[in-house]
Amino acid sequence: MARTRYTNTAISLHWLIALLILAAFALGWYMVDLKISPAKLQYYSWHKWLGITVLGFAVLRLLWRLTHTPPPLPATTPRWQLLAAAGGHWALYLLLFAIPLSGWAFSSASGYPVVYLGQFQMPDWVPKDKALAAQMKELHELLTTLLMVVVAVHVAAALKHQFFDRDGLLNRMWFGRNHPVEENT
Amino acid sequence: MSHQAITRFDVRGGMLAALLLTSIAVPAALGIDSAKSKVTATFKQMNVPVEGVFTKAGGSIQFDAAKPEAASASIQIDTAGFDLGMEDYNAEVRKKEWFDSKAHPQATFVSTGFKALGAERYQASGKLSIKGKSIDISVPVTVKREAAATVFTGALPVSRKIFGIGDAGWNEVVDDAVTVNFRIVQPQ
Repeated sequence: MARTRYTNTAISLHWLIALLILAAFALGWYMVDLKISPAKLQYYSWHKWLGITVLGFAVLRLLWRLTHTPPPLPATTPRWQLLAAAGGHWALYLLLFAIPLSGWAFSSASGYPVVYLGQFQMPDWVPKDKALAAQMKELHELLTTLLMVVVAVHVAAALKHQFFDRDGLLNRMWFGRNHPVEENT
Repeated sequence: MSHQAITRFDVRGGMLAALLLTSIAVPAALGIDSAKSKVTATFKQMNVPVEGVFTKAGGSIQFDAAKPEAASASIQIDTAGFDLGMEDYNAEVRKKEWFDSKAHPQATFVSTGFKALGAERYQASGKLSIKGKSIDISVPVTVKREAAATVFTGALPVSRKIFGIGDAGWNEVVDDAVTVNFRIVQPQ
């Protein structure tokens, strides 16, 4: 029988990254407008650590995705939905990389290297440059807004399958038995 | 400029003129090139190395390699010109808890002694004053002749606590130890 679910590794990475992104996003949203304080600096450090963690898992996830075929979608899926799903997923992968990288560049360009977990200093791959820092800040925010839009569509699509189509598609991305996707008979 | 000074003081009588003449017997102190000189402070914030630049440094130095022990230096730095790369940080360090730039606009170093250590290296001692507090320091300085300038470089470790820069809350995320790196360019 063909696989109907993603591998446990892919599923674990999916949810782990989702949680990390949620935490980084919430923290980022909260911290930016704070008045400068020791706590604010701490939050910025934590936010950067979360971002670098996402980047690390994104690398693993992409490698896993490129070496493992995902379970097929139901044969009845309309062509536009297949395209939309593929496009949305690759957009998510792209953003998984682009957002942490733009944040990292923002940090370096501002003159503050990222020190992961307060222990490991990451290399600066852009020079210290005020104008560049301002651009990276804009980019980081823009990409994050884009991510939130794509995630909203992603979640809406999953909920549509679960509660309107009732096709059990969500099982593909949850742990459990490798049971077949319900066919529309 | 010293000639003008002599002429002016000369008419006031021999006493002042004599005083001035003794003082110009040693080469006059020359102003430093503020634009080419660079004074920075580096420190760690949650293990993140951060560099701030003192954008306004001025002063004068009198130095003759043939007579290093007669050398003297006086450097003034505007604390309000400390640039951490972000305006809200810059505004923060001008506050009372940090440099208190309003009450103490300048940090100064005034030398009291200069000693040759050999091979372009010297030991400068003097008074470092920041935020109304003065301490005696001694710092190794490398002196090099460059195109039409004498360049003085060195690094001075400083404790923020001694000068009361920062407070308890900040001390949790910012290390006490700060290294002041200087590269003072004096055109000649």
